[in-house]
Amino acid sequence: MILLEMKNIQKQFDDLQVIKDISLNVKEGEVVAIIGPSGSGKSTLLRCATLLENIDSGEISYLGERVDYEDHENLKKIHRYFGLVFQNFNLFPHFSVLKNVADPLIHVQKMNKVKAHDIAKQVLDKMGLKEKELAYPFQLSGGQQQRVSISRALALNPKILFFDEPTSALDPELTGEVLRVIKDLAKENMTMVIVTHEMLFAKEVADRIIFMDQGVIVEEGTPQEVFEETKQVRTKAFIRQVGQ
Amino acid sequence: MNLSVLLSELGRGMLVSIEIFVLTLMISLPLGLVIAFGRMAKHRVIRTIFKIYISIMRGTPLMLQLMVVYFGPYYLFGLSLPRGYRFWAVIVGFGLNYAAYFAEIYRGGIESMPMGQYEAAKLLGYGKAQTFFRIILPQVIKRIIPAITNEVITLVKDTSLAFVISVTEMFTVAKALASAQANMIPYVSAGVFYYLFNFVVATTMEKIEKKLSYYR
Repeated sequence: MILLEMKNIQKQFDDLQVIKDISLNVKEGEVVAIIGPSGSGKSTLLRCATLLENIDSGEISYLGERVDYEDHENLKKIHRYFGLVFQNFNLFPHFSVLKNVADPLIHVQKMNKVKAHDIAKQVLDKMGLKEKELAYPFQLSGGQQQRVSISRALALNPKILFFDEPTSALDPELTGEVLRVIKDLAKENMTMVIVTHEMLFAKEVADRIIFMDQGVIVEEGTPQEVFEETKQVRTKAFIRQVGQ
Repeated sequence: MNLSVLLSELGRGMLVSIEIFVLTLMISLPLGLVIAFGRMAKHRVIRTIFKIYISIMRGTPLMLQLMVVYFGPYYLFGLSLPRGYRFWAVIVGFGLNYAAYFAEIYRGGIESMPMGQYEAAKLLGYGKAQTFFRIILPQVIKRIIPAITNEVITLVKDTSLAFVISVTEMFTVAKALASAQANMIPYVSAGVFYYLFNFVVATTMEKIEKKLSYYR
């Protein structure tokens, strides 16, 4: 089943065409990693997919329902299909860890408090944060904060989870714990789209690799196809450059 | 006149000062938020109107504004208002003036919030009002408390301006007593009262600031 369908997406900022006619489907259970040099448009693509940016042309559909930016009810419904984990976490600093995860359940999904806290605790426990429920974000390491942010997205039970360079803001010794959590989610068949600079991780976790450069998809395929049997010169150059 | 009579006279004036202080804050703190929204409105005309409002309120003396509010209805429309209007003219004048200052403080605080907070809230499904009141405003308040404290302390002292339209707050009383007795004691006593008033205000604001320091 196709969860996300992006067709002929174009996006321009002022005079700069950042996304040039990209089409992309994501199937249920699939893990897609998007790689490419900075400025290639991969983060913008993710921001378009998660409706943080409106596209200039093309169409986006979730579970067969087309996104209509003018239709408030449609947007509200579609927003429930996906979650996003940001590069710099964007946790709410004035909420405890538990409240960060439970608050959307209570105030967006109108769940009762007891049930919301149960779910939040369950997810946090799974993310290895049981002891941190009452802490505030500033008291946590970057890796822990990113795991809270993953918990917050997961608690809403999305069909598809997006990651925008989830380890780029972390100290090198903290990336492991976050990557491990994402790998665990992959094992549970969570559908994920991950923009990342971690080539080894992408190779290991993804079913499909998409290499983007200058606003287009240059090459895509299984990790084997993209990393070992590379066809495009640009992809080769990029992979060589990042030391893969 | 002995000291206890003097103090009780000043004390009665102080109650009026406190009334002006409390009512002004009750009006200007919420009104300031509304004006801040007007000042940040997408619509250019609305934005400009509020910008001009703030500019006038900050650019002209509060004393003059009080006189306009008090005498305006009579000179402009020939309305004769009841005696009690004096006090309410002070409250309206102070409320409108302080709201302009608070509006700029709110605006600064709101504009300093990182986009990521709005984006995270949007992704999680919070509506616009929920995002503002649950996520943004609490953080804004923490950021602007020091600036608000400054204004609130100034307000304590500004209440003395009510004397220009003869509202018998503490300064008006002190002035009358001083000229009746031809000495400094009423002024000095009034000074002590203002200082104590502000001491309580500053201590309270500090407590609020501390209470909000549970997160960074």
